[in-house]
Amino acid sequence: MSTDPSDLERQRRHYEPSAEDVLEGATAEARSPEAILERYPSRYASRRGSLDAARALGCVSIGLGVAGLLAPRSLGRLIGMPGHETLLRAIGARELTSGVGLLTQQKTMPWLWSRVAGDAMDLAVLGTGLHPSNPYRGRTAGAMLAVAAITALDVAASLRESSQPGEAVRVARSESEQLIEHTVGVNRSPQECYTFWRDVSNLSKFSPMIEKVTPIDDRRSHWVLRGPGGKKVEWDSEITADQPGERIAWHSISGDVKHAGTVRFERAPGGRGTFVSAMMHYQPPGGRIATALAKMLGKDPNHQVREDLRRFKSLIETGELPTTRGQPSGRRSFIGRMTRDGRESREGAVS
Amino acid sequence: MRANCWNGVNDLRVESVPDPKIINARDAIIRVTSTAICGSDLHLYNGYIPTMLAGDILGHEFMGEVVDVGSGVSNLKVGDRVVNPFPIACGNCFFCQGKEFSLCENSNPNAWIAEKLWGHSPAGLFGYSHMLGGYAGGQAEYVRIPFADVGPIKVPEHLDDDKVLFLSDVFPTGYMAAENCNIKPGDTIVVWGCGPVGLFAVASAFILGAERVIAIDRLPERLRLAREHCRAETLDYEQVNVAEALLEMTGGRGPDACIDAVGLEAHGHGFFATYDKVKQSTRMGTDRPTALREAILACRNGGTLSVPGVYGGFLDKVPFGAIVNKALTVKTGQTHVQRYLRPLLDLIEQGRIDPSFIISHHLPLEEAPRGYQMFRDKEDHCTKIVLKPGMKQESPPKEPPVLH
Repeated sequence: MSTDPSDLERQRRHYEPSAEDVLEGATAEARSPEAILERYPSRYASRRGSLDAARALGCVSIGLGVAGLLAPRSLGRLIGMPGHETLLRAIGARELTSGVGLLTQQKTMPWLWSRVAGDAMDLAVLGTGLHPSNPYRGRTAGAMLAVAAITALDVAASLRESSQPGEAVRVARSESEQLIEHTVGVNRSPQECYTFWRDVSNLSKFSPMIEKVTPIDDRRSHWVLRGPGGKKVEWDSEITADQPGERIAWHSISGDVKHAGTVRFERAPGGRGTFVSAMMHYQPPGGRIATALAKMLGKDPNHQVREDLRRFKSLIETGELPTTRGQPSGRRSFIGRMTRDGRESREGAVS
Repeated sequence: MRANCWNGVNDLRVESVPDPKIINARDAIIRVTSTAICGSDLHLYNGYIPTMLAGDILGHEFMGEVVDVGSGVSNLKVGDRVVNPFPIACGNCFFCQGKEFSLCENSNPNAWIAEKLWGHSPAGLFGYSHMLGGYAGGQAEYVRIPFADVGPIKVPEHLDDDKVLFLSDVFPTGYMAAENCNIKPGDTIVVWGCGPVGLFAVASAFILGAERVIAIDRLPERLRLAREHCRAETLDYEQVNVAEALLEMTGGRGPDACIDAVGLEAHGHGFFATYDKVKQSTRMGTDRPTALREAILACRNGGTLSVPGVYGGFLDKVPFGAIVNKALTVKTGQTHVQRYLRPLLDLIEQGRIDPSFIISHHLPLEEAPRGYQMFRDKEDHCTKIVLKPGMKQESPPKEPPVLH
C-alpha cells in the first residue's frame, strides 16, 4: 500500500488536522506508536509539565482533607479558630474531593480551579476570625498568610493549565464532532473483507444504527440512520477512494450530517487474516447536547463503531451474529428490564 | 417449559418460561434428558459472579435429544442423542481454528463487558452471567444451542446418560488440568480439592502417566472416592499440615505439578483464610485464593501450576514472587471442551474410565433449588447431583412422628 509522505508531514505540522487529512493519512505507518502518540497524546502519552504542579497541589489537598476530617479540633486550634469542627470537617471533605480529582483525573483544569474557589472560601472564613473578639487572631492571621501563598500557587497552576491544557491536542475541534478509529482482526482475506464492505447494502447487517443504505449509482448511496432518541437522520454519501482489497473512503454530499469515513483492509502480520481499520468522522445534528444525551442513552458513537466492527467480524467469519435476543428467561426484576439483555428475553409466566 | 432460574443470592426458583426457539441458522434445540449442578454454579448461587440478572436460566452441563435444527446445521438431525460442551464456539475464528475453543472471539455478544474486566473476552458460556454471553442455560426442559454444528457430540445408545453427561464439563476440565501439567514418567502430582473436577484430574493424571497422585480435601467421602476410585494417596487438611506433609512425601523437593481444583471459594484455616473471608463478604475482595497460595508454595522449583479452579477478579496476597523465583509454569483457562469430546468418549467406550462414579444424587429438575443447597452445604455426602427433567418428584418427606 502506498503512502503519500506529504499526508503524514501535513499531520505533523498541524496539531489540528482536517478530517480528510486524518482519514487519508490512516495507513499502516499511521498505526506506528509514534503516529498514534501524535494523534492521541492524551490517550497514550504520560502527562507532563504543569501536571507536576497539579500533582503536588493534589497531595496538599489530600493532606488538608485528612487533617480536617480526622482532627478538626487540632486543626481549629492551629489556625486560631477553635469550636468550628463541623465547618472544618466540611472543608476537609471538599479538599479531599479536589485532591482525589487532581491525582486521578486526566483533565486537571477544573480541579485546579476548584482549588482556587476553595481558597477564596477559606480566606473568607478565616477573615471572620480576624475580629478583635478572637483571642487567637494572631494564629488566624498566620493561617491566612499561608492560604494566600497557596492561593497564588493555585492561580498560577490553573492559568498555566488553562493556557496550555495537558491534553492540548484535540483531533475533533468541538465535543460534538467525532473522530473515531478502531481496528479489528478478521480471519478472512483482505479481498473478502473488502468485497463484503463494498456492497453498501451489507452495512445495515452489522451496524444496527444504520437502518438502510440504498445504492444510487456505483459511487453514490443514500443512508438512513436511527439517531439519538429514534430520530431518523438521512444523507447522501459518495465514495471518494476505492482500491479493491485495500481501502474504501467516502463522505457525505448532502443531508443532515457531515460524515466522512475510511476503512482499510491490511494483511495481518504472519498471514493471520486481515486488520480492518475504520476511521469515522461525523458531526451529528444537535451538537454537543445531543451527543452527551446519546452517550447517556448508551449510544456512545465510540462504542458503536467498536461494536459494529466486532459484528462485521462475526458476520463474515461465522455467517451470523451471536445473539440471545428472543431466548427465554424467568421473570425479570425492574432493574433487569432496564438492561438490553433483560429487555430482549421472552419472559416466562410467574410460576 | 420448566427451568431453574436465578433470582438473587441463594434464591433459585423453578419457573415456567417460554420454550426456546431457533434464532440463528446454526442453532439447534435439544430436549434435556440429564443436567448436572457444577461446583462453579455454586459461585453464581452464592453471588460471587457479577452481571447475573433475576430470571436467568442456569446450567451448563447438559445432554439430551435434538428436537429442532436450523438450516445451517447439517451434522445433526432430529432424534440424535448428544452431549453439549459448556463453552460456545464458532469454529471459524483464530482461536477456534487453533482448537482453543473456550477463547472463541465470536460467541459472546456482551464481549465488551468482559473486556472492561479482563482486557479481552473469552467465549460465551451457557447460563453463566451476562458478562459471559447471557445465554440461557440447560437446567431446563429444553435449551437452544448456538453454533450447534461445532459443539455437541453424538453419543452411542449403549452408554447411558450418567456415563457420558460429564463430557459436557467436569471430565474434560479435570483432564485438561492434568494435561496442562505436562506429566513425565515418574512425576508426582498434587490435586487440591476432591470435588468432581479434582477427582477427574486425579484419574486423568494416572491415565497420562503420573507415578503418584496426592489428593487434598476435608470431606471423608470425597477423600474416599479419591482413594478407592482413583488410586490417590489422600491428605485431610483439617488433620495434617499440608505444606509439611507434602515436603515429607516428596523428599523435601516438592511435587512436580500442583493442580488447584478449588477456585475462588476456598475454605481454609489461619490468618489469610479469615482475611479473605472478611474481604469477600464485605465486597472488598473478589476471590479467596487459599488453595492457590498453598499450591504455589508447595510446588517444586521449575514445576507446573495448573489451575482449573474458577477465579474471577483481583486476587490478594498471591505469592507471585514464588512463581518467579522458583521458575514455575502456570497453565490455566476455561476448558476447550470441544477438543476433548472425541478422545474422552473413546476412553469411556473402551471402559478405561466410568465417570458416573462421582454421582451421589439424582433429583427431579423441580428440586434444583434444594439440590444447590445440599451441594453447597455438602449435605448427605453430596458430591454431584444430576437433575432429571420429568423425573417423578418424591412425595415430600413426612414430618417425623411427634413423641409424647
